[in-house]
Amino acid sequence: MSVITDNSTPASSGRGIRDEMVAFVIMAALLATVPFTGIYPFFVMQALCFALFACAFNLLIGYGGLLSFGHAMFLGTAGYFTAHALKVWGVSPEIGIVVGTAGACALSVVTGWISIRRQGIYFAMITLALSQLVFFVYLQTPFTHGEDGIQGIPQGMLFGLFDLSKPTTLYYVILVAFLLAFLLIFRAINSPFGEVLKAIRENEPRAVSLGYKADQYKLMAFILSGTLSGFAGSLKVFVAQNASLTDVHWTMSGEIVLMALIGGLGTVFGPVVGAFIIVAMQQYLAGFGQWVTVIQGAIFVICVLTFRRGIVGEIAALFKRSL
Amino acid sequence: MADEFILETQGLTKEFAGFLAVRDVNLKIRRGSIHALIGPNGAGKTTCFNLLTKFLQPTAGRIVYKGRDITSMAPADVARLGLVRSFQISAVFPHLTALENVRVALQRQHGASFDFWRSKSVLDRFNPRAKELLEDVGLSEFADTQAVEMPYGRKRALEIATTLALDPEMMLLDEPMAGMGHEDIDKIAALIKRISAKYTILMVEHNLNVVANLSDVITVLTRGKVLAEGVYADLTKDERVKEAYLGAGHG
Repeated sequence: MSVITDNSTPASSGRGIRDEMVAFVIMAALLATVPFTGIYPFFVMQALCFALFACAFNLLIGYGGLLSFGHAMFLGTAGYFTAHALKVWGVSPEIGIVVGTAGACALSVVTGWISIRRQGIYFAMITLALSQLVFFVYLQTPFTHGEDGIQGIPQGMLFGLFDLSKPTTLYYVILVAFLLAFLLIFRAINSPFGEVLKAIRENEPRAVSLGYKADQYKLMAFILSGTLSGFAGSLKVFVAQNASLTDVHWTMSGEIVLMALIGGLGTVFGPVVGAFIIVAMQQYLAGFGQWVTVIQGAIFVICVLTFRRGIVGEIAALFKRSL
Repeated sequence: MADEFILETQGLTKEFAGFLAVRDVNLKIRRGSIHALIGPNGAGKTTCFNLLTKFLQPTAGRIVYKGRDITSMAPADVARLGLVRSFQISAVFPHLTALENVRVALQRQHGASFDFWRSKSVLDRFNPRAKELLEDVGLSEFADTQAVEMPYGRKRALEIATTLALDPEMMLLDEPMAGMGHEDIDKIAALIKRISAKYTILMVEHNLNVVANLSDVITVLTRGKVLAEGVYADLTKDERVKEAYLGAGHG
């Protein structure tokens, strides 16, 4: 709860929303030009999946004040479900995505119901414990193929129209899916529900005294966040063409915290920026091998020590804008 | 009887690990009155208060509100019945504007609070009522100011406006004057007096001048028990009350 309290978000006035819409159009335009720039599209697609995952995670901590340390379970669950549906059942891509996202949604209902009863570090620990439980289940159950993971997943034809095995088509499908989910998150933040959620984050006892059942709102935020994380996991299957234990591992839960934190908790665009930075680092610093983790750790420390609002948070504060 | 007294407690008791913070308290709050709960530090006023609003669960006893047993209800449900509390530490939503603070309260009664797919511009229909409420407590010019930037006394006023937005039947004010300067005290006292025409008010307050001027009935608590009850003039003559306040060990 206290993690984000010094992150004074500017009053959510009409101007704030306009700033964000301008930023959104710029972001969409930049991303749409990627295939013409010679940037490796696989890298951008992967970054988009993580960006969506980070945005979904941020919905919970940045606006609900709840730090989950087990969000990888939603990413991984959706990944396995989608991969299994595509490869074993041979369903079409859209059905595969629905199966994966629904799986993550169901998991978030159960885990959310258990974990939202506690706050702060206890909440984080319960989510971590649950995600470890999920990890070991996937390690043992045959359908995930344990350490090997599910490999060589067919990408198929989306709606029978778009051939996802063509990189450019896949890129635009992923981009559109990302932008739609991003808009949904943005809308949720600026909805009647978002207002109550912010009120609860700001002062929970007061919100309760006004007659709000805080737990129900937190659960709702948790389910939204988990489901959208799952959506990111389902999309990622089409990019990576595999589903493995990496995506359910606790280090993935940690990485998403890092992405959101570097970009800026409680900012709309922060997680996107954070995800691109971390994915770029892993891509371009791969030559350093294990040292990437050390470099990530150092960046994390620098971020916490010097710019606590995150990159986008600092920029927004500098220009007194809401991003 | 349910008509005359809006809130009643019977044998209300709260024990914390062997320590009886509140013991066998029987209160009767008359509808439409301003009832004050006073007593030296540690007398159990705030505990009593938290029991009434269900933020604490009593060890024994019953709480009856409008003829209905609310002893085992959740705090949010009690609020929905029109029994709304304030807090000792000013309870506002710091990074929402004054208008948004009041609007959050208005929004609760009118639904749509789970709609995450709708724009919050649907909340604009509450703006006129929210502005009215802000005007009532003299905060019109602060409508677009974030609560965190408002002076302390104004925050208390905002808190009252937010509470009034729920259109409660009874308000429980926990030390409404705590930490305020003279000027603010007068303003808030006048405000409480004014709203008491429509609502029943139970308040915990340290400032005896305020209590003397505002309350119809005063209950004095010491060591978790009711020591005396009555109007201010009578209580000041009561030797036991004097002793409780001035006697050894209470300073």
